[in-house]
Amino acid sequence: MVNREAARHSLTDVLIGERSFAYVLIAPAFFLLLSLVAYPFVLSIWFSLSDAQIGETGNFIGLENFRRLLRSSIFRQTLQNSIVFTSVSVALKTVLGMTLALLLNRVIRFKRLIRGAVLLPFIVPTALSTLVWWWMFEPLYSVVNWTLKAMRIVNHDIPWLPDPYLAMFTVIMVNTWRGLPFFAITILAGLVTIPPELYEAAESDGAGPVGRFWHITVPLLKPVLAIVILFSTIFTLADFNIVYILTKGGPRNMTHLFATLSFTLGLQGGHIAQGAAVSLFLFPILVVVVYCQLRLVRRATSYE
Amino acid sequence: MSNRRPWTKRIRPLFTLYMPIGPFVFFALFPLYFMFLATFKQDAELYNLDAIPFLITKRPTWAHYQFLSEQTLFWSWFRNSLVVSAAATVVSVVIGILAAYPLARLKFRGAEAFGIAIFITYLVPPSLLFLPLTTVVNRLGLSDSLWSLVATYPTFLVPFCTWLLMGYFRAVPKEIEECAMIDGCNRLQALVKILLPVAIPGIICAGLFAFTLSWNEFLYSLVFVSPSESKTITVGVFSDLIRGDVYYWGSLLAGASIGSLPIVIAYVFFLDFYVSGLTAGAIK
Repeated sequence: MVNREAARHSLTDVLIGERSFAYVLIAPAFFLLLSLVAYPFVLSIWFSLSDAQIGETGNFIGLENFRRLLRSSIFRQTLQNSIVFTSVSVALKTVLGMTLALLLNRVIRFKRLIRGAVLLPFIVPTALSTLVWWWMFEPLYSVVNWTLKAMRIVNHDIPWLPDPYLAMFTVIMVNTWRGLPFFAITILAGLVTIPPELYEAAESDGAGPVGRFWHITVPLLKPVLAIVILFSTIFTLADFNIVYILTKGGPRNMTHLFATLSFTLGLQGGHIAQGAAVSLFLFPILVVVVYCQLRLVRRATSYE
Repeated sequence: MSNRRPWTKRIRPLFTLYMPIGPFVFFALFPLYFMFLATFKQDAELYNLDAIPFLITKRPTWAHYQFLSEQTLFWSWFRNSLVVSAAATVVSVVIGILAAYPLARLKFRGAEAFGIAIFITYLVPPSLLFLPLTTVVNRLGLSDSLWSLVATYPTFLVPFCTWLLMGYFRAVPKEIEECAMIDGCNRLQALVKILLPVAIPGIICAGLFAFTLSWNEFLYSLVFVSPSESKTITVGVFSDLIRGDVYYWGSLLAGASIGSLPIVIAYVFFLDFYVSGLTAGAIK
């Protein structure tokens, strides 16, 4: 009896202390995010509404920076580039990632080896692996051109990086190379959760492989696909490394994305106000992505 | 049994599976192979338009690695990356454990709001905040110091670690801690002595990812640290091996190869942790 009493006593002690204990534990994370995420974010909004230069606080000028940006041809080009770059890259990664996941799901021999190999581009530092892509598309020594010429497909060097349209093609390809493993592995993780009985039942009902894909695989993968696509959209749109290393936004600003333009204006040009305004264009998309993700997560947990 | 199957059935996977997967494997690996290969080619071969680029046809050379070691600050960059990544990883995993525990286990006001805040910061790309962070780093007196990176990397590592560990902690049954607490442990002891040992795979996973993300980081390092001897490897290789119009391609790619090596080695040993960490964000 006494023992149980004592146990109950310490348990109530613990329950009273639970709340303050929780606050103590989250305090470091809370203050870190407050001072190095929330505060910079507020600062960024202030910058975008001011005429600040590097090292000066500047004065409030309202929406002038945004007005100026929307009138500037470089910014409008960046907007267009961002839409092309993000939509084409994400579409390619989705279709190829799905294909690769379906193949990987059936692999039995050398399973670990093949999965490991396919995932490698995602793990290697992008800033370093992009250097070899640069070398592979180098105007004079490009291995791609060498191969195309050796196969007699073309008879002159293709200007991959100096040509604006080909440069966009190249950065999209490198982004796809890097991001594809994430799609494939995540979709694969979704595929293995689909119960095989569903396929067996459909097969005995006479559904062919195409029918099974559209009526079982796709509907059941929808939540995973939605999350992967949303996640990738924000990080593809915000890409800096690949474009900065391969083209620095050129030729003729035809590959600039928000991040590289913001870097060029804000740091290299010293117009921190305009740079901040450019990067804030990422924010509405971030809000949409967060909103959709939270709804998906909520719906998933309410089904459980 | 399988020997009885008609041979057409046995070789079918070769055409429907291994042949279609070939191009994907080639696409993934060729650039890495080509990078590694170029580092051993003599300049005469590297810049010879008639040579077959896929092989080394002349005597392989260490010259590019030698140049990297002797004529650049490569090993300082390597050490800087190691120090920054290790420090940022330890800081982030500890803060992540502390934050994930109450979110997974305790009832307190604001728990949901804090969980959502963590999730949002997890999705904030570094390119959204690097400009104002430059100002913050300057005001803290950290610019051009590696401390600026140790301070800022946790902004994207802590949300990731917290999110990942929350999932691992939730998977551990509550009862084993409650038993320990009835036996006289307080909450902190229950966390350290009971929960953490069970959640070790999660902690390893969080640590590996935090280290990889820090090692691979480029933008903050490019912006916050400019003296050559304080650069990290991703920035150093890119910015110091192109001198004016002169591109040291062999050494550039040698730097990229050695710079990728620690991550590739960790990856080979901990493949399963990488896979589970990668999918945790999307599946859980």
